[in-house]
Amino acid sequence: MIVADQKPIEEILQMLEPYRKVLFLGCQTCVAVCMAGGEKEVGLLAAAVRLARKHQGRPIEIVEGAVKRQCDDEFNEPWAKTIEQQEAVLSLACGVGVNKLSERFDVPILPALNTKFFGEVERQGVWAEVCAGCGNCILHLTGGICPIARCAKNLLNGPCGGVRADGTCEVAQNGSRPCAWVMIYERLGKLNQRQNLENIFGAKDWSSDRHGGPRKRIREDMLLEG
Amino acid sequence: MTNSEPKIVAFCCHYCAFAAADLAGVLRLKYPPNVHIIRLPCTGKLDTLYILKAFEAGADGVIVAGCLEGGCHFISGNLRAKKRVLAVKGLLARIGIAPERLEFFNLSSAQGDRFAQIAREMTERIKSLSSSVLTPLPEGKG
Ligand code: SF4
Ligand code: SF4
Ligand code: FES
Repeated sequence: MIVADQKPIEEILQMLEPYRKVLFLGCQTCVAVCMAGGEKEVGLLAAAVRLARKHQGRPIEIVEGAVKRQCDDEFNEPWAKTIEQQEAVLSLACGVGVNKLSERFDVPILPALNTKFFGEVERQGVWAEVCAGCGNCILHLTGGICPIARCAKNLLNGPCGGVRADGTCEVAQNGSRPCAWVMIYERLGKLNQRQNLENIFGAKDWSSDRHGGPRKRIREDMLLEG
Repeated sequence: MTNSEPKIVAFCCHYCAFAAADLAGVLRLKYPPNVHIIRLPCTGKLDTLYILKAFEAGADGVIVAGCLEGGCHFISGNLRAKKRVLAVKGLLARIGIAPERLEFFNLSSAQGDRFAQIAREMTERIKSLSSSVLTPLPEGKG
C-alpha cells in the first residue's frame, strides 16, 4: 500500500488560514489502512481544526467525507457538486489523490498528508518500505527480499563493507535494521538457492524507474476509444 | 449548575469508574454535579474522536477513568486508552487548548471516595485555568 503521514497540525492550520468553508476528503484505501487519511482521520482532523479555529475566533465550516479511491475520477464524481461549493478542499488522500482532484476541479486542493513510500504492515502501527517501484523486478533472484528498497545504498551485489558484525546496516535511520543483503543471504540459504549469489548483477537499467521521468502504463486492449 | 461551574465529561469504564461513581452516590459522597458520566464497556473502547467531540460539544474538561493497571477486564484496554489520552493531550497543546483539561485516571470499583476526589480535583484544576476552552483569542493570535 501507499504509506503516508499526516502533516503537523500547525502546517495544516496554516494552509487552511485563508479559508472558511472547506471539504475534508479522505480516501478509504491505502491511507485509511495506514491510519493517515481514512474516514476516521477525517473526523479527528476536522474536530481538531474546528476547535483550533474557534479558539482563534475564526470559525471554519467543514464538510467531512471520504471516497473509495481518490485516484480514480469515478469515485470522486459523486462529490463534484460539494467540491465546487467549497473555497478549498483538504485532501487526506496520498499525493495521487490530490493531483487527481486538482486535474478535475478549479478549487484549491490542499494536501493534508506527506506521502512516503510503498510499504508493508510490519505490525499494528508500524509500516515499512519494502519495494521502491523500480519497474524491473528481480525478487525471484534475491529470495523475495528487495535490495533496491531495503538496502540503504540500493546495492545489487551486497553487502557493502559497512555491514555490522551483528548483521545490521550501518545506515541507521529510525533505529537499527537488518542489512538487506544479510537477509537475502539467509533467505537464499533456506530456499537452497545460494548459488544465485554467484551471478553478479550488471549495472541496472534505471530507465524503468523514475529516472526516466514520470511513468505511464498503457493497456491498449483495455482502452475504450479507438 | 451555575455558569462558573466547568462542564466535565467523564468517560468511565463500566467495571471500575462507573461502579465507583455509583458507589460514591450510595455512600452519599459529595462531588460536583457538573461531571457528566458516559459509560464505556472498557476504556479500551475510547476513541480519540470521543474526546475531541466532547470538547467541541462544549466540555471544559474531559476525564477518562479506567481500571487499575493490571486490572482491566480486557487485559490491556486501560493501557491503550492511556496512550490515546497522551496523544490527544499532545494534539490539544498544539491547537491552543491546555492539555491539563484532559486526564486519565486509574481506580477500582471499590473507590467511590477516589471518584469523588477525582471529580473535585478536575473541577478545581479547570477553574484555575484562565479562560474557558473556547474563549476566542484576540484576532490574529494563536
Ligand atoms: S526489484 Fe524493483 S519492483 Fe521489485 S521489489 Fe524491488 S523495487 Fe520493487
Ligand atoms: S549494510 Fe547492507 S543494507 Fe546497509 S548499506 Fe550495506 S549492504 Fe546495504
Ligand atoms: S475493563 Fe476497565 S479499563 Fe478495561
